[in-house]
Amino acid sequence: MGPKDPARDETVLRLSGITKRFGALVANDEISFALAKGEVVALLGENGAGKTTLMNILFGHYTADEGTVEVFGAPLPPGQPGAALAAGVGMVHQHFTLADNMTVLENIQLGTEPLWRLGLGRSAARRRVARLAQDFGLAVDPDARVGTLSVGERQRVEILKALYREARILILDEPTAVLTPQEAEALFETLRKMVAQGLSVIFISHKLHEVMAISSRVLVLRHGRLVGEVATRDTDRHALATLMVGAEIAAPEPTQARPGAVLMTLDRVETPPRGNRPGLRGVDLALRAGQILGLAGVSGNGQGALADLISGLEGPIAGRLRVGEAEVTRWSPRAALAAGVGRIPEDRHKTGTIADFTLTENAVLESYARPPTANHGWMNWRAAREAAQEIIAKYDVRCPGPETRIRLLSGGNMQKLILGRVLEAAPRIILANQPVRGLDIGAVTYVQEQLIAARNAGAAVLLISEDLDEILTLSDVIRVISDGRLSPEFARGEKTAAELGQWMAGQGFDHAA
Amino acid sequence: MRLEPIAAPSHARTLGLPALAIAATVLVAALLAALAGANPLQTFGLIVKGAVGSKFATLETLNRATPLIFTGLAVAVAFRAKLWNIGAEAQLYAGALVTVLIGTQMGLPGPLALPIMALAAVLAGALTLLGPVLLKTRLGVDEVVTTLLLNFIMALFISYLLEGPLKDPMGMGWPKSPALPRDARLPRIVEGLRLHWGFALALICAAGVWLIQTRTTLGYEIRAVGQNPQAARFAGIPVGRVLVKTALISGGLAALAGFSEVAGLKGNLTSDLSPGFGYTGIIVAMLALLHPLGVVVSALFVAGIFVGADSMSRAAEVPTYIADILLAAALLFMVLAILLTRFRVVRG
Ligand SMILES: Nc1ncnc2c1ncn2[C@@H]1O[C@H](COP(=O)(O)OP(=O)(O)OP(=O)(O)O)[C@@H](O)[C@H]1O
Ligand SMILES: [Mg+2]
Repeated sequence: MGPKDPARDETVLRLSGITKRFGALVANDEISFALAKGEVVALLGENGAGKTTLMNILFGHYTADEGTVEVFGAPLPPGQPGAALAAGVGMVHQHFTLADNMTVLENIQLGTEPLWRLGLGRSAARRRVARLAQDFGLAVDPDARVGTLSVGERQRVEILKALYREARILILDEPTAVLTPQEAEALFETLRKMVAQGLSVIFISHKLHEVMAISSRVLVLRHGRLVGEVATRDTDRHALATLMVGAEIAAPEPTQARPGAVLMTLDRVETPPRGNRPGLRGVDLALRAGQILGLAGVSGNGQGALADLISGLEGPIAGRLRVGEAEVTRWSPRAALAAGVGRIPEDRHKTGTIADFTLTENAVLESYARPPTANHGWMNWRAAREAAQEIIAKYDVRCPGPETRIRLLSGGNMQKLILGRVLEAAPRIILANQPVRGLDIGAVTYVQEQLIAARNAGAAVLLISEDLDEILTLSDVIRVISDGRLSPEFARGEKTAAELGQWMAGQGFDHAA
Repeated sequence: MRLEPIAAPSHARTLGLPALAIAATVLVAALLAALAGANPLQTFGLIVKGAVGSKFATLETLNRATPLIFTGLAVAVAFRAKLWNIGAEAQLYAGALVTVLIGTQMGLPGPLALPIMALAAVLAGALTLLGPVLLKTRLGVDEVVTTLLLNFIMALFISYLLEGPLKDPMGMGWPKSPALPRDARLPRIVEGLRLHWGFALALICAAGVWLIQTRTTLGYEIRAVGQNPQAARFAGIPVGRVLVKTALISGGLAALAGFSEVAGLKGNLTSDLSPGFGYTGIIVAMLALLHPLGVVVSALFVAGIFVGADSMSRAAEVPTYIADILLAAALLFMVLAILLTRFRVVRG
């Protein structure tokens, strides 16, 4: 699977001179490239570089201001997703678009057949789906309700849906951002099978090792322009990173920690299970000033319960929670904020922001009731806007301005706004739940540096991440969560990644308990 | 066919579609008038003339708009928080009842009577909505059902009172309450013109609601809770308490409709005090896209259609329920237009 020369091979897709402006912002600036049959092209670029916008144009969600799209030699009418689908382009969005209350099969059929015919032809559809699932390694129960599926399974449904519609070109917008490493590996297997059958893939990711592993060619976008194009085998991670941000990026190297007093203590804490996921089962935990505690673990092992507890969304049903020396009795998000807990939530779209609020309104979401944002119940919108502007400038949030609705921001920029909102409140305890998910490498480094800086300034940081590398680089002490229980505390460097992996698989807990 | 969200709707869409909705409404109404055997143009002319064609007509329209502004505001405030208050009718009657009780039974001295009656009415309306909201926040009971049912309970309760304890002994057997004394009646804004201070109060309330929504922390909380309760809760906004406050405001506003009808216009309580002002308030609020100042405009529009259609049907042979059809069509087309500004229909 070497790099292909589009001039020689069969070109399946050609973009010519695509330009897209949002007001004064040029999201795509005269972008041209071609995709050949049977290749995986990776699209790289910082948050807000214009990757999603370009794919939305290609798929017909947006209409380009200039430029044309050709699929299999025929021009694609702009602004019509139906036309793109019919021409054989399938897209798996950055945020999924399935109907939760319908079954997998119904979701796959939805849109292919008129609504009133959904019930008919079901057995034929079922056979085709089973066939596709087998051919491409996309195991999923066709009768399960989509709402009950994990993110990995939902993604498989999205891909199946595209294949069911006979897509020959598949666009994947940050498909691995929400996957566990195992799920990501399974996805790559599927992609390899697809390519072997002559499909073409456009793959967007911020994870350079994935780009190196799956793609044959890499395109780099910066500020809306195509700034580089290389064959994957002629490059490496460093070169790509440099191409992407225009400068070398050094991973943060935390200095020696100087841990201080214990700022938050969990003492034999239990929380109720949620669905088939465990709650916390007798968890002891101490968060110290000036220390980053990394919580490793496979997702769904109680991270959510712990995060909700510390955020104030839920109280313990047994055991004790203490902030400093004082035992917490009335625990709520507001109490947590008042106790100096800063929270970076896992889901920035549903929990961290209000999509149709402006950046200004989102920036003051946790501080709206206090001066200077409010005085005796009256909002001071000018002060709120200034606070937003400060965050935008300081944390490099790329956006048209503070009065933009936040739903229009790229995922990474949304996260930077949340980070700014949390850190500007100078919290003593910071809960960072998957803080760099979906961020570009520059932003990842930036967020991590900010967390280290907060720790150096004396904050206690709890970092929850599925990325073991991230845990190993940042944490002063590490604990592993498995099935609602916590491992003992390991000092930095005490355990190797492989040893931590065993704890993550649940080994060792019985001896420790 | 399916719907697809539009990220940034164009001006052509946001302005053009509502205009199209109005045009479609007029078309449907014209068709109906023609079906009833009348000349459509003439019918419209008569409606407009009946609504604003004379000083008397205009004042009548303003009077009719007054309770609709209150109930429209009540609904708009609640719906912003995604609190589905379908019970403005019950809250209106609660307000009317308390107005009559205090006005006729307590013998308050002149200058105190009206403010106390108004406050008590607000309280009564607020409490009427409080029950359903507490059931919602505490037990998750659907407020659509409870507020709707309360309308019927309240109507029966009022009938009972008017047939029994509250029946006017001088009423010659009619089921109506005793009349309010002079001091307990809302005066006219301009002597000699048949328009009472309830209308001014409604305008003040609209401005007040607008101020609350745009300038206060409560307004911010209400919008946050309405748009994303999960994020609101995470951010420390006390979702339950915000809903309760919203309910108190909403119920209070609806009750003021009852207060102003009794103290400003009718002078006593009958079981047909409101010809469905509470329900029409929903239409008013939706047509105004829940904007409090828009409520004033849409209440005037709706009232104008009712008053105009009344007078038109006296002049021509077209039944008055053309007004209901006009409103229903206007609402349907408007809702469709709003949907289509945010989504487009695509094939495939
Ligand atoms: N509908 C819109 N209206 C206004 N601005 C928009 C709109 N959609 C995107 N933008 C802006 O265009 C720029 C490019 O956004 P895009 O979503 O394409 O970035 P991206 O490269 O996909 O970033 P990420 O890696 O964070 O997903 C951003 O600055 C974004 O705020
Ligand atoms: Mg994107």
